[in-house]
Amino acid sequence: MITAIVGITFVVSYFIPHFPFNRMDAWFADWFSIIQACAIVLGALNLLKLSAQKVIGKKKDWGYALVIILSFALITIVGLSEGSDYRDPGTGFDWLYVNMFIPLSATMFSILAFFVASASYRAFRARNFEATLLLIAAFFVMIGRVPVGDVITGFMPEGWRLSDLANWIMDYPQTAGQRAIMIGIGLGVVSTSLRVILGIERAHIGSGE
Amino acid sequence: MEAAFEHFRLWLAAFLTLGIFSFLYKDNPWYKLSEAIFVGISAGYWFVVLFWDNFFGKFWVGAGDYTMQWLASVFTGGESPSAEGVDLMLWIGAILGFLMLLRLIPKIGWLSRWPLAFIVGATAGLWLINYIASNVMVQVQATMVPLFSTVFGAGFDAGSGVIIGGLVIFLGTFSGLVYFFFSKAHTGAFGTTARVGVFFLMITFGASFGYTVMSRMSLLIGRIDYLLGDWLGMIK
Repeated sequence: MITAIVGITFVVSYFIPHFPFNRMDAWFADWFSIIQACAIVLGALNLLKLSAQKVIGKKKDWGYALVIILSFALITIVGLSEGSDYRDPGTGFDWLYVNMFIPLSATMFSILAFFVASASYRAFRARNFEATLLLIAAFFVMIGRVPVGDVITGFMPEGWRLSDLANWIMDYPQTAGQRAIMIGIGLGVVSTSLRVILGIERAHIGSGE
Repeated sequence: MEAAFEHFRLWLAAFLTLGIFSFLYKDNPWYKLSEAIFVGISAGYWFVVLFWDNFFGKFWVGAGDYTMQWLASVFTGGESPSAEGVDLMLWIGAILGFLMLLRLIPKIGWLSRWPLAFIVGATAGLWLINYIASNVMVQVQATMVPLFSTVFGAGFDAGSGVIIGGLVIFLGTFSGLVYFFFSKAHTGAFGTTARVGVFFLMITFGASFGYTVMSRMSLLIGRIDYLLGDWLGMIK
């Protein structure tokens, strides 16, 4: 019932952006944000509970669980104590963000380059025509995105170098495939959303027990 | 003092960066320490951001603060606060948020289904419209275009590159969609079109893969640049 009312309101407010639907749309959007804030409390409490259980029970690697609790406490206390201007340059929160959060997240994502490269080395085999197409497209996009690609094809006229080929692959065949996928996803999301709004799909609220 | 603090800042970021990189050798205590800090800092970061932006910015500014001041004025007999810009309907959002937290108490945890139903309904309603508009209509519109500009003037382009590009996009999108149509057996002309769609999808996956690897590489270069430049001063 709640799901249906909220879902239908959002749909109707798109087509009739006038009172009362526009007002309800704004309220629902605000409530959504407030619930989000409470949901992160739930997530944080869960993380702290699991970490505290590890520390109290002196389980394996409990020291790292303690580090999780301490680092969470550090940034939370600093962030909450600084008021709503917590993100301004020069604040303690900004310092922790720039000197801890950014280096850690950037490095964490950058090491994926090694894992992706090693996984692709093991998995990529030109077994058939489709796999060869994938391999060739990946190769040309990668080599076309680095200066050496244009150095190798420097003798070719402008517009025919490896960087141009990489751009062409990204702009045309890649865009075409991406569009087919996006339209497919779009139609899938629309049908799933309709099922949810109409109450056909209700797994999210449990079995009703 | 300021210089020492600056050194500490550089060393801390370098310590954490190298700690994460050390996993490339093997799992080790330095990596685990950096990972634990990352988990704690990330969770805390989002906690603070959502608290100030969503809870404080929406609820407290819009209704919570006014309600507290009004209650104080009722109990102390003081002047009622101004209700300008106040929206007491935000309390419903706060109550739903509170109900979400009841998941922690198993006996009345079922009450958390109400905010969950709200979230799912809102997401379904928003996505239904957004996806049909941006993922379906806009993409179809962008695909069904003339092979070359029909308007003479500054933007006129009837070069072979534009025509071939337009054909490739139309053919790729159409055949890709045919491949995703599973209600009909992929045989005959339909099957051939679906197979062409697979070719386009493979090129898409390969290109996306290459693009992802290169974006990760640029992050890696950024970190190496930090270590060799900012930290060690080897790159000026």
